[in-house]
Amino acid sequence: MTDRELQIKSVHLRRKTLEAIFEAGAGHTGGGLSCLDILNVLYNRILNVSPENFSSPARDRYVQSKGHSVEALYAVLADRGFFPGTELKTICHYKSHFVGHPTRHVPGIEMNTGALGHGLPICIGMALAGKMDSASYRVFTLLGDGELAEGSNWEAALAAAHYKLDNLTAIIDHNTLQITGHTRDVMSNEPLDEKWRAFGWAVKVVNGHDYGQLTGALSKPAEKGKPTCVIANTVKGKGVSFMENVAKWHHGVPSEAELKQALRELDAAETKLREAA
Amino acid sequence: MSAPAPSMFTPAAKAMAEKLGLKMGRANLDEFAATLEELAKANPNIIAVTSDSRGSGKLAPFGKALPKQLVEVGIAEQNLVGITAGLAACGKKSFGVSPACFLTARSLEQIKNDVCYSDVPATLVGISAGVSYGALGSTHHSLHDLAVLRAIHNISIVVPADNFEARAAIRAAAKSPKPAYVRFGKAAVYTLHSPDTQFETGKAITLRDGKDVAFIATGETVVHALLAAAQLAERGMNCRVISMHTVKPLDTETVLRAARECRAVITVEEHSVHGGLGEACAAVLLQAGVSVPFRIVGLPNEDTVTGAQADIFRHYGISMEGLSETASKLLK
Repeated sequence: MTDRELQIKSVHLRRKTLEAIFEAGAGHTGGGLSCLDILNVLYNRILNVSPENFSSPARDRYVQSKGHSVEALYAVLADRGFFPGTELKTICHYKSHFVGHPTRHVPGIEMNTGALGHGLPICIGMALAGKMDSASYRVFTLLGDGELAEGSNWEAALAAAHYKLDNLTAIIDHNTLQITGHTRDVMSNEPLDEKWRAFGWAVKVVNGHDYGQLTGALSKPAEKGKPTCVIANTVKGKGVSFMENVAKWHHGVPSEAELKQALRELDAAETKLREAA
Repeated sequence: MSAPAPSMFTPAAKAMAEKLGLKMGRANLDEFAATLEELAKANPNIIAVTSDSRGSGKLAPFGKALPKQLVEVGIAEQNLVGITAGLAACGKKSFGVSPACFLTARSLEQIKNDVCYSDVPATLVGISAGVSYGALGSTHHSLHDLAVLRAIHNISIVVPADNFEARAAIRAAAKSPKPAYVRFGKAAVYTLHSPDTQFETGKAITLRDGKDVAFIATGETVVHALLAAAQLAERGMNCRVISMHTVKPLDTETVLRAARECRAVITVEEHSVHGGLGEACAAVLLQAGVSVPFRIVGLPNEDTVTGAQADIFRHYGISMEGLSETASKLLK
């Protein structure tokens, strides 16, 4: 798939994410839109994961540590054929398997997440198992930048470098906003790149909406003998003008009028992409 | 030279143990470490995960014999449980080993989510549980672990009474595809069972029959109930002693039978009287409409008295003498 084709797909996935949140009446809009391009690249270019091979021990592993951005993940998994897209309408509904955070009851989900600071330690266990078995699979996790205030991440950061887990990649959805406001105001964590380097990781900083840069950073481990940290600079609410860089869209649910407005913007973006193609 | 640790048993209790033919075994901790090493030698997928706890977990020989099957995470219990879960999710039979006090408090959220909710075949081993660390104080006591884990779905809780139960519990956990918690102490324990005893997770073992008082005890308190029953027998009371090694799922049938057949029930545990075995049994009895004189012996809701494990046990009546007295009063 070309960058342009993936970009067009991303518009479709943003549409599905917003519709799912609207149908559910709950969800995490801003963070879903900020990490959507990362998920799109992972599932369509990087991960050796499909509905057919999902029980194979050789598959790559993806654990979404920022579990709250689940609607975007569900949209990507539906698009990859893990389950019918109509299931997205059941998110958060009574007796649905599609809980408001990832669970293994949903095809394609590796681990149940939602409490922050859990994905990276789990992925270290998975990466260690891979090393023990001389397996070639890679392990990926996606963290929020606000999530980095959880201390367990830094316990894990030490361990991943200690065990030289070059089969592990942590991606940080660096949208600089969390529920209360700017991450720098809530709990400063900059300079992120220097912190991860100091913990012994190979660090790459990319534009988290640039398909070429994301693909380049995720295609292979950055350095032999070191875990890779990809700091993806993103825009919270990316793709919908009135949601971009606005903290209240962290878990804001669009009204019908707002959804229509958002879908109109996405339609226009798609038309533009197709015209340019 | 420091003073030797006080004995868990008074001279009278020791004499009673001898009368019953009980032999002193090793610490359940040692039995666990030896069992895990044997299992791991036969199964390379068995992995021990330690948080600077290989010494306190008696796993140094394991680490020497099987260095590729031991993962050290440093003093980081949250990471310990997350890594244990990740290993289990990728085909390993992982055992996360750490002092029970830290394992089930510091990393409770990882137990709840990464192990139980994600449903991976990980076993968590709480070492030096209860008041094993004695005078080190409440930071090092785990009097809450049974209560918090009882309230979390999808984990079995096993508290072995002797080396036989410890070995059987670890072997059962190694075979199980489900999350498990096994907790025990570090003091040497009497052997209560013969090697041909049947052990099944969730199925209590009756050590002694009787119809006056039923002692339903768990873990390393069982021996004290057994000695109390022997002492009470000399006073004409016939007491039942049940080793309730599995606190969850609880063997409700055995609890109900004890309450229906005996004149009183006393539960015994090295745990807070809140939320542990005693309250679990009380809930079973009340909901079945069974009313019987009933006492929960454990650690009360107060600052735990300072002292060695033996001092603390005696202070709170977890001893042959203490339990005999509780039983006599209850039937008065």
